[in-house]
This record gives sequence, C-alpha cells and structure tokens, in this order.
Amino acid sequence: MATLSTTTATRNVWMRRLLSLITPLAGTMVFLLIWQLGVIAFNVPAYFLPTPTRILEEAIKEISKLTNHGWITVYEMLAGYFLAVAVGVPLAIAMTSSRRFDEFVTPTMLFFQVVPKIAVAPLFIVWFGVGITPKILVAFLISFFPIVIDTAVGLRSMTPEMLDLARSMGATQLQIFREFRLPTSLPYLFSGLKVAATLAVAGAVVGEFVGADKGLGYLLLVTNSNMQTALMFATIVVLTIIGLIFFYIIEFLESLLIPWHVTQRTKEETPTM
Amino acid sequence: MPEPFIRFQNVNKIYKTKNGAVEAVLDATFDIKQSEFVAIVGPSGCGKTTILKMLAGLIPHSSGAITIGGQRVDKPQTDVGIVFQDSIMLDWRDVLSNVMIQIDIRKMDRAAFQPVALELLKKTGLEGFEKKKPYELSGGMRQRVSICRALVHDPPLLLMDEPFGALDALTREQISMDIQHLWMEKRKTALHITHSIPEAVLLADRVVVMSPRPGRIVEIMDIDLPRPRRLDKLPPKFNDYAGHIRDLFKSAGVLAMD
Repeated sequence: MATLSTTTATRNVWMRRLLSLITPLAGTMVFLLIWQLGVIAFNVPAYFLPTPTRILEEAIKEISKLTNHGWITVYEMLAGYFLAVAVGVPLAIAMTSSRRFDEFVTPTMLFFQVVPKIAVAPLFIVWFGVGITPKILVAFLISFFPIVIDTAVGLRSMTPEMLDLARSMGATQLQIFREFRLPTSLPYLFSGLKVAATLAVAGAVVGEFVGADKGLGYLLLVTNSNMQTALMFATIVVLTIIGLIFFYIIEFLESLLIPWHVTQRTKEETPTM
Repeated sequence: MPEPFIRFQNVNKIYKTKNGAVEAVLDATFDIKQSEFVAIVGPSGCGKTTILKMLAGLIPHSSGAITIGGQRVDKPQTDVGIVFQDSIMLDWRDVLSNVMIQIDIRKMDRAAFQPVALELLKKTGLEGFEKKKPYELSGGMRQRVSICRALVHDPPLLLMDEPFGALDALTREQISMDIQHLWMEKRKTALHITHSIPEAVLLADRVVVMSPRPGRIVEIMDIDLPRPRRLDKLPPKFNDYAGHIRDLFKSAGVLAMD
C-alpha cells in the first residue's frame, strides 16, 4: 500500500518536471508557428519580415560571418565587463569604508551614469579611433554602475547585531570585512553582476554602431543598409543568445558560490517558477 | 566580603535626540556575583537591552560606573559570549563552523575546541546537524546554535538579549530547559534579558525588575527555588514570585488587569 503510493508520487514528480521542461518550449514553438504562418498567409515581403525558417536558413548559410563578427563582440563585451568588475568592486569597498570618499565620488559617478552612453560613444571614437578600445569602454561604462551600486548596498547590508557579535569576539577590521561583511554582500553583488551581464552586450553593440568595421553591431548596420533583413534577424538572434549564455554563466557561478542565497532557495521550493 | 564580579553603580544612559534628551536608563545600581544567574525583566522600552549592551561595552554609558572583575568597561568586551534575539547565523558556514567562528576570530586552537563545539551541539540536541546549513534549520535550532557559539570559548560571562523573543512558546520552553542544564553544569555568570515574567523566575537566581520611561530598577528579588526547576513541577512559590512581579508592573502602570 505504502510502496504503491510512493511510486505514484515519484511518477507525479517526474511528470511535473517533464511538463515544466516542455511547457516553455511549447510556448516558443507556438510563437514561431504563428509568425511563420502569419508571414505566409499575409504574403509579407521577406525584406520586411522574413519567416523563422528563412532566418534559420540564412544563419546556417552565413554561419562563418556570424561567428567571426560574433567573437569580436563577445571579446569587447567580456573585456568591458571584467574591467567594470575590476574597477567597480574595489570602488564600492572604498565607498563603504569611508563616508568622506563616498561623498567625494558619488556625484561624479552619478553624472557619468546619467550621461547617455550613446551620446559619449562618438567622443570615444575621436579619442581612441575606430578600433576595439571605444567599444570596450562603452561596455565598461554601461555595466559599471549596477556593479558599484549593488556591491555598495550589499556591503552596507550587514546588521548592527552582526557587527556587535563580531566586536564581542574581538574581531579586527580585516576580520569583520572578510568573515562577515563581504560574505553578507555576495547576494547583492551577484544581482549587480547579472544586471551588468545583460547590459554589457548592449554596450558593445552601441560602441560598434558609432564606428566599426567588424563586430555584430557593424554587421547589423551593413545588413540593414543592404536590405538583408533575414541576416539582420539572424544577427539579432545571435546577440540574444550571447546575452543569455553570459547571463546564465553568471547565474551558474552564483549558485555555486552562494547556494544559501534566498533566491536559490525559493527556486528549489517552487520548481515551476 | 569580596567585590562582586559585575557592578553597576548609578549608571545612566541618556540619548540626545532632536526632541531633547531621552533617559533610557536612570540610576541603575546592582551587582552580579560570580556564577550567579541574573535576569532583567521589563516591558519594551525600559532600557533592559541598553543595560546589556552597556555591560558588553557595545554602547557607552553616559555616567556612573560599570566594572567587570574590578575593570572598568570602556570598550567592547571580548571575555563574553553573547546570544542576541536574532540568531545571527552566518549563512555561508555550516552549523559546526557557525559555532567555530568564535574560535577562528580569536585565533584559538581549532583542534582543541572542535570537540567542545561538538559536545555543546550534542547537548542542545543538534547532533547529526553539524554539516547542515543554517537555512535548513528551524528558528529554534538556529538559536541553539547561537547559544553553543556563545559558550564554545568558555567565557566567564554569558549575556543573553531576549534570546527567545522570536520563537514560539513550545520552543521557548525547551530552550529554557537547555539553558538551565548548560548553566547548572558550567555555572557561568549569566545576564538574561527578557520581557517574560515566568521565564525570568524559572531561570534566574535573582530578578531585576524594571519599569519604562525612564528606565528604572523597581526591585531586585531573590528567587529561592531549588534546581533543576521543572516546568511540569512548579512549586507554589513560583507563582508567588511571578505574581509579585506582576503586581510591581501593575503599580508602575505597565499592566492593567481591568
């Protein structure tokens, strides 16, 4: 009797897992199907909106072009992103360690955040030419702010009671930072890293829009002026895939480094989410 | 007559706010003897937590004198173990490491104290949970871990700031019993802050009763009950003590019965 109900329960769990895997896939398929049929039914010209199958065909045909330009963009994105981490995290530590320093840099930083990155990109071309540097800088600028802000919020999130506990143990400033403050900040740091990961791709593409002879942003401009709409769509898809993969890599790192974090926990409890 | 281990002499704590000075604690004078368990009971806002934090050197007192073992308290005390209302678990460490943080920070001998930590966890019913992460535990279990953490380095003084405040009634009773057992075994000098009259009478050798606004000591009473005290076999005197404290609160205007 007991074994029977257990096996039924196990089967239900597997069914639910399978369903939660299939459901989003089915949704995507339905969306693509409506697109495909809509384009055919209304006889939409290919330069205006190509069918998904046409885009796939084009992507396969031009795969070497897409990957060659793709690697350039990935390189710019990663370089800008890691530069933002390398500068942003220490800056956040300095800001939270000294109120004076915080007051000193915050207005300037806010100014650089509010300035539209697209507006300063041409200036970077003047300064650094049409090479890879201005793209890295735009990717850096755009992903920098969420990293600094979220890290700073995280470093300030330690409760006064935890500080009291540390002081009652005779902890030094370095010990307080290493054993209490830094680990407490990690969930916030990672939420900044994830937001920045999605922005870094956009930064690299914006940099390429302004002046480039390679990269996916450049490919977008070329295909656009040549009316190669199918290849343009394929480029957009590749950009999206790059962004998604990057995001999930960071999320995977997060689940490795801070498995105790609340969002991870709620995910385990609600597998359908 | 030797000097008592802990001495509060005419201690005041006055906070300066925009709306003028707020007297959090007024003229607090009391002693705690070596190996004595003292509870401070009072409603919220009576300054009982302030007294504990001043004793721990975590906040300065405005005037008067606080001494521990004859030494004036003027900076954070490290010869203590503190249990806070929140268990303050380090989520990134497992249960055993949460206890051992005390040893790590103090750079004490890990190998020597690991058995102590394991023994404490066993005594508080956490055997088998050593490798669990705090988020896998209930609130009561987490608070037990924090009690072990406060005791592992064998401090001469144990401070507990409403340690049961966030727990349900049953868990509260169970942990009270755990604390009594640990205390009877180690006989550490202990200061326990609570707003529960039965809890104070159950645990303490002496109860300091406080009233709010301004935070003032109303009475200090000896609790003369044999140990171990059991919740299922409370003597009639227990209710007399509790009733007396309740009367003190009534006359201070804290409790109204009708």
